[in-house]
Amino acid sequence: MKTKNIIERLMSRVFFFCGMVSIAAVLLITVYMIIAGLPAIVEVGPIDFLFGTVWKSTAAEPQFGILPFILTSIWGTLGAVLIGVPIGVCTAIFLSKLAPPKLAAVVHPAVELLAGIPSVVYGLIGMMVLVPGVMDLFHLKSGSTLFTAILVLAIMILPGIISVSETALRAVPREYEEASLGLGATWIETVCKVSVPAARSGITAGIVLGVGRAIGEAMAIMMVAGNVPNMPGLFKSVRFLTTAVASEMSYAADGSLQKQALFSIGLILFLFILSINLLLNHFLKKGDTTK
Amino acid sequence: MKIKRALTFLTACTLATTLVACGSTPDANTTDAGADASSLSGSVSLGGSTSVEKVIGALSESFMEANPSVDVSYSPTGSGAGITGAAEGTLDLGLSSRALKDEETAKGLTATTFALDGIAIVVNLENPVADLSLEQIKGLADGTITNWKEVGGNDAPVVLIGREAGSGTRDGFESIVDVKDQCKYEQELTSTGAVIAGVAANPNAFGYASLASVDETIKAVTVDGVAATEETVQDGSYQIQRPFVLVTKKDAQLSAPAQAFLDYAVSDAADDLIAQAGAVPMK
Repeated sequence: MKTKNIIERLMSRVFFFCGMVSIAAVLLITVYMIIAGLPAIVEVGPIDFLFGTVWKSTAAEPQFGILPFILTSIWGTLGAVLIGVPIGVCTAIFLSKLAPPKLAAVVHPAVELLAGIPSVVYGLIGMMVLVPGVMDLFHLKSGSTLFTAILVLAIMILPGIISVSETALRAVPREYEEASLGLGATWIETVCKVSVPAARSGITAGIVLGVGRAIGEAMAIMMVAGNVPNMPGLFKSVRFLTTAVASEMSYAADGSLQKQALFSIGLILFLFILSINLLLNHFLKKGDTTK
Repeated sequence: MKIKRALTFLTACTLATTLVACGSTPDANTTDAGADASSLSGSVSLGGSTSVEKVIGALSESFMEANPSVDVSYSPTGSGAGITGAAEGTLDLGLSSRALKDEETAKGLTATTFALDGIAIVVNLENPVADLSLEQIKGLADGTITNWKEVGGNDAPVVLIGREAGSGTRDGFESIVDVKDQCKYEQELTSTGAVIAGVAANPNAFGYASLASVDETIKAVTVDGVAATEETVQDGSYQIQRPFVLVTKKDAQLSAPAQAFLDYAVSDAADDLIAQAGAVPMK
């Protein structure tokens, strides 16, 4: 009896410890990002840093303005959402409400596979197929543009949106739909006017998840966006917040203002993601209370 | 039972350390006696140009293999910092990817060139342009020439594909062609391989890459009629090149391991390693 108690208490400690690991990691990262990211913001000046439009980190007179990166990240994410969300939500509706079971059995694993493809593969295919394609289609001098990056991101955020929305749609109580059908609505009317509104918070959560993935992606867009620190334009070569950090980190000298500024970009990105996650939690909680 | 096992383990550990310590004593003695190079010990601190990091990495690795008790460290802080470090004595040897300026040699510094770096100007295979002057390359890079027909090519826009800020190849290209911080990049990629892939994929593109990485997917143009090859870099006729130099102070005595490293870097034995690391050996 006594040993059983000991094991019981020991194991609860083990579980507690494991739970603490992730909290410790989050705290550590947050504290480190703030410590590493603040000095450059202070040195450059928060206004110049956040709203400066010129980034020349290794020039004789370096300039550290990250507005081009911030705007590129925002436009890129918005563009990806604009393309990815309608396709994703409609796919989720199709899979959960309309698809014949046999077809769903094919589409469903395909979507899951899409989620499992490493981002570097997305980048590679984007570089080999989309970049020359966009160049030819729009008669551009170079296909590495914000538009190409948006296309890649739109595909990348699909699986998250689809699977979360689909789960939400499947959770809509059967009675709602039966009531609607009983009142004489067609199946499509029922899906659009009853099922989708009922699954609203879950679908929103899926969209926010997609936004988070799009804004945090680095590898794939580094290979297709051209990485020049221009102010964003749909057919211009652009640099995102993520790629700004990734592309210069390897050569930035330790202790230099350049390296510190890269950490500051990381901090800004971190704040973006943090607020998106807070938003996500908010929507998920809302979903719980309506049930 | 457990305690006994722990004791045995401890004893074993102590014995092992004693044995190792005994074994190393004779070595230390020979170093004191100042025998052959393999018995050197101590540390060599190097620092400077980011461009030479790869070459120095390869050299110091094989140097430390031959001299296990020497510790060679390299901090890539830029050519300027490397030269200052050598002048102030904070580094054993400074590394620079440019020749010393007059005022630097006046301060009593000497430069020993141990390798050369050739930067090839590469264009897409479909591009008919085969030769460019240094002046034309400057124009193409800083955006004063925006169409290939101005330099004898097709009627097509010019797309400059280069490396990210901080890259040694970028720094080399921009300083030799004299377009520092004025380049109109269309793409900034993070590796030489990516630049070559980018140029290979875009018929309008031109870019720069270290000589060793030029392959058949792209075309290296001649510069003022001189093709970029190991020979033309070595005899100085190919213009887009720069020396990798070891900077030392004239009057100061180098430590034994630092002197040995310098001798090693300019020796024939280093040539293969230098070539493998993407630079051009001296001969």
